[in-house]
Amino acid sequence: MRQRAWPAYVFLLPWLLGAVTLTLLPMAASLYLSFTDYNLFETPRWVGLANYVELFTQDDRYRTAVVVTLKYVLVSVPLKLLLAFAAALLLNSLRGRGKAFYRSAFYAPSLLGASVGLALAWRSLFDRGGAVPSLLGQLGISTPSWVDDPDWALWAVVLLSAWQFGAPMVIFLAGLQQIPPDLLDAAAVDGAGWWRRLVSVVFPVLSPVIFFNLVLEAIHAFQAFTSAFIISSGRGGPADATLFYTLYLYERGFGDFRMGYAAAMAWILLLVIALVTALLFRSARRWVFYGDDLAGR
Amino acid sequence: MTARRLRLLATHLAALAALLLVLYPLLWLLTASVRPVAELMGRLDTLWPKVIDLSGYQQALEGAGGVGFGTFLGNSLIVATGTALGNVISCALAGFAFARLRFRLRAPLFAFALLTIMLPAHVTLIPQYVLFQRTGLIDTFLPLVLPKILATDAFFVFLMVQFMRGIPRELDEAATIDGCGPFATFRHIVLPLARPAIVTTALFSFIWAWNDFFSQLVYLNSADNYTIPVGLRLFIDQTSSSAYGAMFAMSVLSLVPILLFFLAFQRFLVQGVATSGLKG
Repeated sequence: MRQRAWPAYVFLLPWLLGAVTLTLLPMAASLYLSFTDYNLFETPRWVGLANYVELFTQDDRYRTAVVVTLKYVLVSVPLKLLLAFAAALLLNSLRGRGKAFYRSAFYAPSLLGASVGLALAWRSLFDRGGAVPSLLGQLGISTPSWVDDPDWALWAVVLLSAWQFGAPMVIFLAGLQQIPPDLLDAAAVDGAGWWRRLVSVVFPVLSPVIFFNLVLEAIHAFQAFTSAFIISSGRGGPADATLFYTLYLYERGFGDFRMGYAAAMAWILLLVIALVTALLFRSARRWVFYGDDLAGR
Repeated sequence: MTARRLRLLATHLAALAALLLVLYPLLWLLTASVRPVAELMGRLDTLWPKVIDLSGYQQALEGAGGVGFGTFLGNSLIVATGTALGNVISCALAGFAFARLRFRLRAPLFAFALLTIMLPAHVTLIPQYVLFQRTGLIDTFLPLVLPKILATDAFFVFLMVQFMRGIPRELDEAATIDGCGPFATFRHIVLPLARPAIVTTALFSFIWAWNDFFSQLVYLNSADNYTIPVGLRLFIDQTSSSAYGAMFAMSVLSLVPILLFFLAFQRFLVQGVATSGLKG
């Protein structure tokens, strides 16, 4: 059946308008601005690579922000996925109504934890006299107020992120339910124990889901902002211990009005996220198996 | 008791223990909000209040910077509802085009839409800010809602496409034979059948907009226009630590709509994540 093309463009009109005016043109503009000195009020002054050079060679706080963010991504993403996976395995071995209840309850922090209100509560839980230091104290482990100590502040933010494991957990759980019981039974008959079945059956079958969660969470983690901003009262924490990349970008752009500098930071962030995603996709060839591969093995 | 039942019992106990740990921060926030300030000073590790004191809520309702909590609430409602409506309408339209219509640029345009999911908002942030500043829209709700009306949240376009692809094509063809054009097919066939995708989009758009702090911090600058997250922050900056109770009360108030949404739609939300891979 022949179709005219114009109705499609009518349907796409809002999206097209947005893609051009709010994505494509701003991308080009931000690339241009990253080579300028621009304070929002005067016309941008072309400075070539000066912003980038300054970022990489003269700005110690930028280096701090990069290290803090990398630490955060490298610890919080695996930790969150591990918790999500463990919780999904636990729930998958339950039967009946309890399962649906637990699933919803474990998912709740994913929605609530992203809010300013909960970040505030989190700060108090890890502060002096808060639940976490005092519980650890009873176990004989003495910790300072996490949020005021340069060595500990970042880990409070990491735990806040890991606590929101509900969304990847739900995705893992959906994946686990797709595993044919025959496959696990056959492995059990062949003498495979719990761990062996996990490594040889569950992990390969679930690998596309693990990969999906990993990519999504990594992209997300690079852009973390709210929790660090609130826990550090907007300043990046004691001795810049929680000066996240986006926090520093905000500070440079909207605190110091160095818009060109902030734009350069944004472009480096984009390149890093693209690079990490590409690396993950490359590594996926080694460890992610799709249905047709499995059938052929 | 058989080994099997014993194991099931152990699993239940483990799940229960994990549940307590996971819900502790929420329970703690709720009880902290009704504890008298004197009880909160220096002792933040107990769960049960000795006395119930609602004065924190009274203070929280007064708001901050001379602006009542009701104003923050109203502003947040406008932004979150506008976002949800904008996303639903524009993403359903775009989703229908990508999923059901044939046109030459479909593949490249859809590929571009998928790529923008990965794009950090910070890359377009500064030019967008300049654009809204030049048009005099800073400190209004438009910079927050307009991008959604223009479907810049490509994740929801993708969600619509995925869902609409699953609707049998025969229905479209029957509608075409009956004389329906693409607009009537969209309105009468695909849209009603896409209800789960629409509800998912509306719920998540609302909740994300409610929690969103960064763009509201950037675009709103007068206290009268502050939404709850920005208002909450203003409140902390202004009050000393002796207003702990009020701070927690305001935090609880800020979570009420999400909690209500969660209680009412938890099945939908969880299903939405499971089938579309949304981030929570």
